[in-house]
Amino acid sequence: MANTTRTRRSSIFQWRPKRDREGLAAVFFLLPNLVGFLIFTAIPVGAAFLLAFYDYDLLLGASFAGLENFRELFTTDKVFREAFFNTVYFTAVSVPLSVVLGLVTAMLVNQALRGVVIFRSIFLLPYVTVTVALSLVWKWIYLPDIGLINSALGIIGIDGPAWLTSERWAMPGLIIMTVWKSFGYNMVLFLAGLQNIPEHLYDAAKVDGATGWRRFLHITLPMLSPTTFFVVVISIISSFQVFDQALIMTNGGPGTATTTLVLYIYQVGFQSFKMGYAAAVALVLFAAIFIFTVVQFMFQRRWVTYD
Amino acid sequence: MSVLDSVGAVLKGKGASPGATTYWPVIIYAALVATAFLTLVPIVWMILTAFKSAPEVAARPPTWWPREWHPENFVAAWNFAPFGRYLMNSLIMAGGISLLQTVTSALAAYAFARLQFRGRDLIFLLYLATLMIPPQVTVIPQFILIKELNWVDTYQGLIIPQAFTAFGVFLLRQFFLAIPRELEDAARVDGATRFGCFWRIILPLSGPALATLAVFAFLFHWNHLLWPLVVSNSDATIPVVVGLRDFQGQYGTDWNLLMAAAAIATIPTIIVYLLAQRWFVRGITMSGFGGR
Repeated sequence: MANTTRTRRSSIFQWRPKRDREGLAAVFFLLPNLVGFLIFTAIPVGAAFLLAFYDYDLLLGASFAGLENFRELFTTDKVFREAFFNTVYFTAVSVPLSVVLGLVTAMLVNQALRGVVIFRSIFLLPYVTVTVALSLVWKWIYLPDIGLINSALGIIGIDGPAWLTSERWAMPGLIIMTVWKSFGYNMVLFLAGLQNIPEHLYDAAKVDGATGWRRFLHITLPMLSPTTFFVVVISIISSFQVFDQALIMTNGGPGTATTTLVLYIYQVGFQSFKMGYAAAVALVLFAAIFIFTVVQFMFQRRWVTYD
Repeated sequence: MSVLDSVGAVLKGKGASPGATTYWPVIIYAALVATAFLTLVPIVWMILTAFKSAPEVAARPPTWWPREWHPENFVAAWNFAPFGRYLMNSLIMAGGISLLQTVTSALAAYAFARLQFRGRDLIFLLYLATLMIPPQVTVIPQFILIKELNWVDTYQGLIIPQAFTAFGVFLLRQFFLAIPRELEDAARVDGATRFGCFWRIILPLSGPALATLAVFAFLFHWNHLLWPLVVSNSDATIPVVVGLRDFQGQYGTDWNLLMAAAAIATIPTIIVYLLAQRWFVRGITMSGFGGR
């Protein structure tokens, strides 16, 4: 590490006299991406912040609204409040499930057994497969009378719920589908983390007579904690952004039982065409993600060990 | 080598990790098989349903294996909506985004990794900052921009706004930084230009990283729903995910046709995944931002 830093520093030194010619080369290399990035990413980000303080209509144009959008959001807009609550509910249940399942499956496929590679491929398959298609499949699986789940439950004598058409069970339905779809992604990250744990730590623990469970508790979990932290942060960010499943499987219903924040942004912005208002909702989404992420970084010292 | 063979081998004590007790591998295999079963059931169910007749689909209790096979469901779905066109649109969209992202990201990443120029760190910081902004925040201004450019319902409207990501630049910059500088220094002394170094030294060494980004971008945008949902509104540009959603609107209760259509949309991604799995997995571990 120290070595590379030193060479880097010295080569900066070496090329410094040619700085101006480098500038010209930099323009050539950077420009294609930078122009596109500024026009289609950086400026829209700035515009989104402005737009949230406007009433924007595609035909009538923009008129300044001040804090009106936010006032409406936080005082009178019941759907927004429900969408926010639904998103938090979705995140709070689906993230722990898919993180734990990802960790367990990573430990399973990390065993030196024949054929585990096949299982790795299988577990990642739902993550790769088109979400819209899978949402349709699950909609079909969840049908109350002829669906696969309730038929299976019927065999063992359980009268299954109405799933996606039930206010109470629609969200659990979305959550189960999402956990099923996303745990493979977490598995891949955990697997990389597990393979970075030095073998000699386990050997030493075995010499000391530590059982498998204690080795897991005192070596695997602490050594894996940076990966776990990363997986949790990423999972929370992406589940705050859940959209495809909610649109295809329930379209936010029944009522507003599964209306998530991003679905609401879509409905307000592109179905009712209240784009300024939708931008305000999007900013709240961003703020929520930002705050959650910052808080997690603040608390990481309590449980994440970097060696 | 089938899974059963492996189980047999393990039972005989071969392939087990040293120090493991003999029954432990059996438990692990049982857990793996059970999880794999649950993982595959929905996908297999989609394919089996796609081959069933309409009355069989509505049967209570549902049949698992089709009583009669009706491959013509695929033909029917294909004819009810222009899925050939949708697939081609998806290919052009995801392929175009993937190509543009890889090329422009590689160039920009080289500038950030190797060149000295004024404002470099500041610009890179700007790139990094946008990684934190969820794409749903920018989708509205992007749409307004596309509308002003008259790009609604065009390929450029689908492709260009997604083609210049901070993510790709970030990923490739990390990779380029890990390539020893000495390789280039030698070539520079021999009079190679910066572009010469990039073209003859960096790119040939970066095949895996470029493939990772290209595969990742392709699969991500093949799956991506929100942007094409907003931009496309005619068969000329609709990619298969949006086409599938429209198909659901029209044939929402013909589950056999719907599952046939879902399978049609899915099969290309499964093929790409199976062929390029290694790079896709690398993409996840290298980035972690792929969750979106």
